[in-house]
Amino acid sequence: MWQELRTELRPRGLEIVTVALDARGTETAGPWIEKAAPEHPSLIDEAHLVDALFGIVNVPSGVWIDEEGMVVRPPEPAHPRRPAYLDRAVPPDASPAQREGIELVKALHVEAERYVAALRDWVSRGSGSRYALSPDEVVRRSRPRPVEEATAAAHFALGQTLQARGEPAAAIEHFREAHRSQPTNWTYRRDAWSLAGADREVVYGTSWIEEVKREGVENYYPRLEL
Amino acid sequence: MIFTSSTVPVAEFERVTGWQSKPEGLCRGERCVPFRSADPATVELAAAADALAMPLVHDAAHGLWALGAEAGGRALRSAVAPELQLPDFRGGSFRLSSLRGRKVLLVAWASW
Repeated sequence: MWQELRTELRPRGLEIVTVALDARGTETAGPWIEKAAPEHPSLIDEAHLVDALFGIVNVPSGVWIDEEGMVVRPPEPAHPRRPAYLDRAVPPDASPAQREGIELVKALHVEAERYVAALRDWVSRGSGSRYALSPDEVVRRSRPRPVEEATAAAHFALGQTLQARGEPAAAIEHFREAHRSQPTNWTYRRDAWSLAGADREVVYGTSWIEEVKREGVENYYPRLEL
Repeated sequence: MIFTSSTVPVAEFERVTGWQSKPEGLCRGERCVPFRSADPATVELAAAADALAMPLVHDAAHGLWALGAEAGGRALRSAVAPELQLPDFRGGSFRLSSLRGRKVLLVAWASW
């Protein structure tokens, strides 16, 4: 997905590093990566370490880091192009639930063109780009981290470890606790749901549609503050 | 950041958390927080968790301990990029700091 931009911008000094937030690691992320045949580093983050380190709460998210290792844009929605789901038509035979899901997805706020234009500007102008933020602004724009939310990272890591050990029931307890501690973290929710398979709504007593509506569809991908 | 004991060897603590044990305390990059271990070869997780303001969760039934994220303030304490060490999809080891000197776009995605 990012290889095309990488081919364009690598000669101008940008490297792209992708991080797959998949509790099952290469088992689930590997086939996608193989298919994309990336030339850039493609990392696997089973415990969602980048959530704890950078404050990432959804995918796709991008963080800009300059030549000196300074973050110049904290996590924000990062779409390399307009996703196909935005243009998907509701099939005439769709059930009411399917229709609601498709329409909700189409209402997500995606700004691929603005994001990529800003990225190109930064690659060209470096610290002179208006999109490269000051250190104070980077910290200010990164997410608040109350104790409750900090605890979610520990529960998610415990859930992931127990899942990998073949103890899904024990894992679910920790995933539930991670969701309760940090309800705005979509990576903790959606990865745990995917592990539960078809039973996800029974196991977690909720659904993506229900949660997006509760949090507000406009908050799923916040507007870019460029 | 998962551990299977409440007291762990210094090397394991450093590898898992990215925090280094130094005479001045626990350090990550240029930042240090005061910390002293009674036994210099080991780190007691509860004490380190207090020093680093990281919640420590213990799952007694499975003999596991997990450190959460740093609490208080913002997710980014400063604009200095935290070191990130993760495996790549072929199993090789990667450090974010290996790209110093280049601009980096770090992208989080998922298959789900």
